[in-house]
Amino acid sequence: MRSTIILASNLTKRYGARMVVDGIDFEIRQGECFGFLGPNGAGKSTTMRMITGLTPRDGGRLEILGRDVVPEDPLIAAQLGIVPQENNLDTDLGVAENLEVYCRYFGMPARARAERIEHLLEFAQLSDRRDAPVRILSGGMMRRLVIARALVAQPRMVILDEPTTGLDPQARHLIWQRLASLKERGVTLLLTTHYMEEASRLCDRLLILDQGRILDQGTPEALIAKHVEPEVLEVWTHKGCPDPNTFGPLPGRLERVGDVLYVHGVQLESLRARVRQRDGYSCLLRPANLEDVFLRLTGHDLGEGS
Amino acid sequence: MSGGSMMRQVWRFIPSRRFGQVWLRHFMVWRKTAAASLAGSLGEPFLYLVGLGYGLGRFVGMIGDMDYLVYVASGILAANSMNTATFEAVYGGFTRMVRQNTFHAMLATPLTVADVVAGEVVWAATRSLIAGVAIFIVAMLLDAFPPQAAIMALPVVFLSGLTFGAMAMVVTAISPGYDFFLYYFTLVTTPMFLFCGVFYPVASLPSLVQFLVSSLPLTHVVALVRPAGHGRLPEEIGMNLAVIAIYAMISFVAAVALVRRRIIV
Repeated sequence: MRSTIILASNLTKRYGARMVVDGIDFEIRQGECFGFLGPNGAGKSTTMRMITGLTPRDGGRLEILGRDVVPEDPLIAAQLGIVPQENNLDTDLGVAENLEVYCRYFGMPARARAERIEHLLEFAQLSDRRDAPVRILSGGMMRRLVIARALVAQPRMVILDEPTTGLDPQARHLIWQRLASLKERGVTLLLTTHYMEEASRLCDRLLILDQGRILDQGTPEALIAKHVEPEVLEVWTHKGCPDPNTFGPLPGRLERVGDVLYVHGVQLESLRARVRQRDGYSCLLRPANLEDVFLRLTGHDLGEGS
Repeated sequence: MSGGSMMRQVWRFIPSRRFGQVWLRHFMVWRKTAAASLAGSLGEPFLYLVGLGYGLGRFVGMIGDMDYLVYVASGILAANSMNTATFEAVYGGFTRMVRQNTFHAMLATPLTVADVVAGEVVWAATRSLIAGVAIFIVAMLLDAFPPQAAIMALPVVFLSGLTFGAMAMVVTAISPGYDFFLYYFTLVTTPMFLFCGVFYPVASLPSLVQFLVSSLPLTHVVALVRPAGHGRLPEEIGMNLAVIAIYAMISFVAAVALVRRRIIV
């Protein structure tokens, strides 16, 4: 069994009367990539802030490497790399200078700094931008620099709050590739995301949060197997919602979202063939994915903050 | 509260040596625009010095045994240490804390709030010292100070920068926006600039006002800097230093507590 990096039990945070994190339990182990999924306002970022010491908890237990988490603990800070949701790069400084001051904040000796900075610029693919002011970087470059900055002290664990939100697909893929390479090197990763593709690509285990509570946790495959049928047939028409009765008894669970009909079940090929014969009807047959799990668990309603 | 947790509470207000890295970060940024910033910070005190020292000096002549130019030069040196540290800690500090989230980024490292605030305050005092050196040189060229006056005057300028930097960080910590600083200038720093003996002796004020003014830090900074113009030691040096030290320490603790309350929520 790999050693525990973060242990939380009955972790609680309230702002006024509102329970933002309502008694959650989880355990993150050495070398895994652990994901927090949840709609806006689910309590993901608050949990991240409690872990990184920027928010004191109101109740429960929270330990990092066996040490009780309190804000401003230099010993814990030295073990964590933090990638906040909003890039807080030092816009008064250039690319390499951002890494340099961070090396200094971590107390890295001068000899080690230059080499570390070179390595990280290369890792972030920013070697040719070392002197550029931070403000002129693209969104993807800034994000890579924030990730590189989190790595200056070679942390055992990196915590990323929405690492790719707002980035274009190329930038996102590059970041996924960088995160995968960290994982290969044995760095433990904890990330929040609303991108199911990101979660299923990167995460070994996931925790689905909604309104401060855990809905379920497990591997992506286990969550899919547990909560949804293996296949989904999406059916839509050129105008209005398809009438589910058109095709006789349907071999699965039926769901309507907007003007699209979702049939969740197994062996849906024959249904697909029947739909295709109908004029004006279109359909798509696909394997069930995390998004189906997510929507099933958190509901289709527009939640708070959406 | 147990002894252990009380100790921990006290430690939370004591900066570690790492605060020097915060200072160094501010220095790195300042170096990029040093020339412009120096010219900007010299302009106003230079105008006061020449405008009042020569202009008003012609009518005033002497205050006590001191030529008015010497009198006003020491006052400007003291007042400018207040203004420079205040501006740096409110505008610079607020921008870093709120606009650029630099404090948050620093707190994701082993730095603590006490380190970050200490870095700001010592940097603000450094800015006072840099401007103070420039003003001193100008005043020396105008024959207002002998060179050896620097030994007394410039350390006082730095200490004054610590005091006013710490006071300004309290304002920064509670400020909702940039406009809020005007209250602080109007209610605190400008009255000190006008009533604490920068331009005329405190003794010329009504006795009640004198009493109030003697409790303000700038009065004591002026009292420390002024005799330097004649190469003398201040008469109440111990008391003057104690007053600015008390202001500095109380403000620093308050600033750390308030910045912490604002960021760690």
